[in-house]
Formats: sequence, C-alpha cells, structure tokens
Amino acid sequence: MPLIKHGKLVEDIWHETDDFTDVQALAPLGPVIVPLDVWRQHRDEILAIGCALGLRLAPGQTPDLVATDLHRFGVIALEFAKFTDGRAYSQARLLRERHGYKGEIRAVGEVLRDQLTFMLRCGFDSFSLATPQQARTILEAVDDFAHWYQPAPDGRATIPTLRRRTLDNADRPASDCAAAWAY
Amino acid sequence: MYRYDEFDHAFVAERVAQFRDQIERRISGELSEDEFKPLRLMNGLYLQLHAYMLRVAIPYGTLSSTQMRKLAHIARTYDRGYGHFTTRQNIQYNWPKLAEVPDILDELAEVEMHAIQTSGNCIRNTTADPLAGVAADEIEDPRAYAEIIRQWSTLHPEFSFLPRKFKIAVTGAPNDRAVTRGHDIGLRMHRNIKGEPGFEVMVGGGQGRTPILAKTIRGFLPVDHLLSYLEAILRVYNQLGRRDNIYKARLKIMAEDLGAEALAKLVEAEWEQIRHYTLDLPLEERQRIAAYFAPPAYDDLSADHPALDEAIAADESFAAWVESNVYDHKKPGYAIATISLKPHGGIPGDASAEQMDAVAGLAEQFGFGEIRISHKQNLILPDVRRADLYRLWQALGGLGLDTANAGRVSDIIACPGLDYCNLANARSIPIAQRISERFTNIKREREIGEVSLNISGCINACAHHHVANIGILGVDKKGTEYYQVTLGGAANEDAAIGTIIGPAFDEWQIADAIETIVDVYQQLRNSDENFIDTYQRLGPQPFKEKLYASDQARKAG
Repeated sequence: MPLIKHGKLVEDIWHETDDFTDVQALAPLGPVIVPLDVWRQHRDEILAIGCALGLRLAPGQTPDLVATDLHRFGVIALEFAKFTDGRAYSQARLLRERHGYKGEIRAVGEVLRDQLTFMLRCGFDSFSLATPQQARTILEAVDDFAHWYQPAPDGRATIPTLRRRTLDNADRPASDCAAAWAY
Repeated sequence: MYRYDEFDHAFVAERVAQFRDQIERRISGELSEDEFKPLRLMNGLYLQLHAYMLRVAIPYGTLSSTQMRKLAHIARTYDRGYGHFTTRQNIQYNWPKLAEVPDILDELAEVEMHAIQTSGNCIRNTTADPLAGVAADEIEDPRAYAEIIRQWSTLHPEFSFLPRKFKIAVTGAPNDRAVTRGHDIGLRMHRNIKGEPGFEVMVGGGQGRTPILAKTIRGFLPVDHLLSYLEAILRVYNQLGRRDNIYKARLKIMAEDLGAEALAKLVEAEWEQIRHYTLDLPLEERQRIAAYFAPPAYDDLSADHPALDEAIAADESFAAWVESNVYDHKKPGYAIATISLKPHGGIPGDASAEQMDAVAGLAEQFGFGEIRISHKQNLILPDVRRADLYRLWQALGGLGLDTANAGRVSDIIACPGLDYCNLANARSIPIAQRISERFTNIKREREIGEVSLNISGCINACAHHHVANIGILGVDKKGTEYYQVTLGGAANEDAAIGTIIGPAFDEWQIADAIETIVDVYQQLRNSDENFIDTYQRLGPQPFKEKLYASDQARKAG
C-alpha cells in the first residue's frame, strides 16, 4: 500500500502479518508491526527475536496499556476502522503528549484526504493509503488552513498565541510570527 | 458584540474554500455520498425530504442588525424568502441549491458568520442565555465564555469525529433560560465564597428517545480552567462513548451506564493530567474577548415612565403585550422586548426576509443594533428604552410581529416535522397552527398565564417536548399520524422530564385534548398558580380522567 511519511511517498519497510501462531516465523520478515493482543501474549518471545518492532493499536486500546514498552516500537499504527471513528485522534495525542512518544505514528485503515489535517495536528506523521491516486492528492489538504485555534501535538502556534504576539508587537505583521510549518 | 480579527476572518474564509472544493469533488463524483455526508454535515448542510437544508449558526444567539440583514438577503436570494429560527440559536434555510451553498457561506463570512459544526458528530454551536448581558438576575455575561468555547471547539483536531453530536449551553444567571440540563454539557455560573465566578458543570443531558437531565459532576469550576475541563470531558467521551449503536452513543447513555460519580472520577483524573497544559487562555486573552461584550453606552434614565403607565392603562392589547413580552432590564429605564415569531395560526419560528429586514431596522431605532435569538424560537430586542415601548409595539403591529404570547400557551416550540424533515414520523407545523388558533383570544391566554407547549414530529425531540409543561410527540401508527401527550416537563432551573398521560390522539383530536388539559388546569388552579405548579400539586389524575372520560364511559357502557 502506498505510504506517505513526512510529506513524501516512501517505501514501507514494515511488515504486518495476520498469522501469529508461530512467533518465530516473524523473524525472517524483518521489521514487523504486531497487534497489541499478540504483544501482550508473547512479549518475551517477540523480544527474543531481536528484530525491529512496531505496534498496532485497535480503536479503543489506550496507549496506557503499554506505556512502559512504548520506547521499544519504531512505529505505532493506529487504526481507522471507519473514518468516522475518531478514537485514534485521542490515542495519537496521548502517545505524543502524555507518553512523549517520538517515533512514527501511522494512520492505517480508512485514511482519507478530508481527515488529513486533523491527523497531522494530533501527531500522526505517516499515512497508509489505499491507492496511488490518493497518495498523489492527499497532500493537497495540508495547506487548507494556515492557523488553528487549539494547541495540539503538531506544535504550531495557535491563534490565541499569535494574537498575543501581534498585540505585543503591533508593528510586526502577524504572518512573521507564525511558527514554521514543520511538515 | 464579538468582532472577527484577521485570524477569524482567514479561518472562516479557508473553511469556505475547503467546502467549495469538497462540493466540487462531490459533484464530480470523486467523493461518494458516504464520504461527503460527514463533511457537509460539519458545514451545516443536511439532505432533507425535498431539498438540502442549510443550518447557519448564530453563536450564543447574538446577532447584529447588519447580520440580520444578511440573513434576509440570503433568504431572498438563495431561498424562498424566509428562514426558520431553531431551538439551538440557529437559522435554517430549507431550499438552497448545493452548488450555491459556498456562495451563501461566502456571504455569511462577509458579516462574520458561518455554518461550521451546526450538524454532525462534533461539538455543535454553543448556545447561551438569550438575555445574556442584559438580564437583571445575571452574575456575569456568559457570552465571552461561549465565544471562547466557540473558538476552541471549531475544527477541534481531536473531537471532530465523536461517537455522536455534542451540545454545550452556558448561562450566567441563576434563572436558567438556556435549558442547560438538556445538553451534553451545561455550564451554570455561580460565585464562590470569595466572590469569584465559576461554573457548575453538568454533564450527560439530552433529549431524543432517552430524555435525561444532565447531572452535576463539579459544583464549582474556576473560570480560568474552563477549556481544560471541557477537553477532559470530551477526551473521556471520545474514547469511551459507544460507537456500536447510534441510539446509545450520546454522552448521556455513557453517563447513565457509568453513573455520574464514576464519570466525574474519570474526568477529574484526565483533567489533573492536562490542567496545567497550555490550553486554558490567560486572563488577558479572556479579558480581551470579554471586552467585546462590554455594555453599550446606556443613558441614565428614570425608572418611572408615567406615559408608559398611561398607555398600558389605556390600551388593553398593549398592556397584554407588555405583560407577556417585556422583561426587566438590568439598567433602569430600559427593557427587554420579545418579538414573537408565533402569530396565531402561523409557523413557529419562521420569519420572512421583509420581517428580518424590518427587525434589523427596529434594533437600530430602538437599541444598539443588536438582536437575540431565544431557544423559544423568538427574537429579542435587548435594549429598548421603556419610553419607546409603545412606539416599538406599534411598529411591530404593522409587521405582524406584535403577538402578545411570549411564554403563553400559543408560544409553541415546533420542529419542522414531516413537512420538511426526513426523520419525522408526523407533521408538527399544522398541529401547532391548529392549537394556536384555539387560543386567539388574548384575554383567555392572559388568564391561562405561563405555560410551555412544545411539539416534536419524531422521537429525536428537536422541539424539546420532554421538557415542556405540555409536550406533544408525533408518532406513526401504521401509516397514520398520532400525537402522544406528556405533562409536567420543565426547561428552567427546575428542569423536569414530562410523563406520558395516556394513549395518543389523532390529528383531529389533539387540539381538543390540549384545550381539555388547559380547561382542567383553569378549573383546578389556585388563584395565581402557573400550569406547572397546579400539575405538580395535583399530579396527572384529574387531567387523565377528563381526557379519557369518554373512553371510560364507553368501557363502562
């Protein structure tokens, strides 16, 4: 599946499998993303394999469940079973803000252009897409809005902050005050 | 009034451009209807029985004359010459064309208005006491807080795909005119013993098929923590609210399942984690927003107006209007005047473009160019000099807007019902018209006094029938419209959910049934008792007996 990471179409180095009957069989796959349930059941065996690990959280599985292990994962995939199911936004913010997770947060499942800005704001930085066509157009949504009202993990200066800067420094145009769009 | 700055202007303009693009992608077929639906809903656009419907937000129910003229212009240019004001301080246009919606939104943006989040499973337009800033009983004007909530909730990155819609109401007064307990979050201002303002936080209220009154989870939240506390509630709900069943997805169901105490614990635990985070606005920013709502330049006027007293004594119709439609203003010599959108036999909440334009003019002539929208679907002029009341009333008479029935039995809240809405089971509007025609005698309405009568055309309860003294719910029984009556609901600070009185009535019986209920009350009331007090004193029995007397007789015979 096409993968957009940090604004670019990249090759996906991570593997996922539905078959976890034989944990040892994961080893030849290379970097692998395991679902939380498998991780909790086979944690020590999986660690013993020694390959790079990613984690997949289903909607409703709070990162708190795995807080002390988060540093072991190079990527955490959060699932949009339906694009209208917004639980992953909270999961992403908790990962970034509460647990200080610095690795890749990947949106998987029903990932659509019109939700992209919400995802970026909440700390997602990679997007697994259904079609190459989507990969070409989804980034058009990045610039839909210059500024937002709420603080979020994207670290962008909020409108209330920009207002204060504008008021503090009345001769400086507000646009100069905008934090660089880190994307 | 709040005024947009460069950031607000840019944001709304970007939102319109985004939606214009989404509509183009829908028309081109790039977006499926399933993909488009949540996008259009978050921009206030519904697909109804006959056409699209656009719901425009009137944040916290405050409008300028300029904005009202724009609403009139939109009604005239893009719709059929009228608009419908709703219980949640919105206006609905029933006949816009999809391709023209972005142009309507551009026009609205010119006057600092939008339709953002008037629908969809997100935080809806925040409502407030329609008498905010002018009510004599107020602690503090709640609109600055409502505006702060509006900005925070607008395209919230985390809370735009909630399990279900989410409604917040704010009041700064002890007398609740914003139905705060009927909302997912109700905020009611109090002062602590130090005299500082804070909010009582009530959660899990809602109407619909499971009417529940919100329960207090925090008696006093200092105003500086408002946003972090709201964010904590929303985060708990976004993660734990049910998504498997649309009828169980509102916060009220989660609150019932968990219990208010357990929910409060979850919220408080989450809040502890984020209360020192950068979300809450610093005092100076709150003061900056509050300054927009500073009182206008009132004159020092005498509270006594002999000429007004004479006019009241001389003109019974005017006296009736003053009695029902005029409220006390916090400033001596001024009054608050309700413009009823409930003419006898008319469509509740509808106003024509001509009426909107005229009201905009009257707000300038008799006030500071400001108009309020109430959850009762009426308009309010907040700053009328008492000395001008008679002239105002005369001017309203020429517009068909002088009905003296605010808070009376014919001041009916009604949803659009089966005439427009694809969710409805039954018509609401013709029933409201038929009932209000029974009470055209102003003298009789005055005798009946204060009572609320709400009609919803389906169980979604958009007309708040559960919290009406007399509630009517339209139901469909094998293809025929029937109307179920509830009694004893209340939407004020003593909010209550009404109880079903008995078997439903058909569309030809329902107006008779309402008259019977009113007759029973008038026969049994103690001297000055309101309907709700009589009902609470006597219970449903005497009403039931009279309503179903012929059934009893039939059974006995």
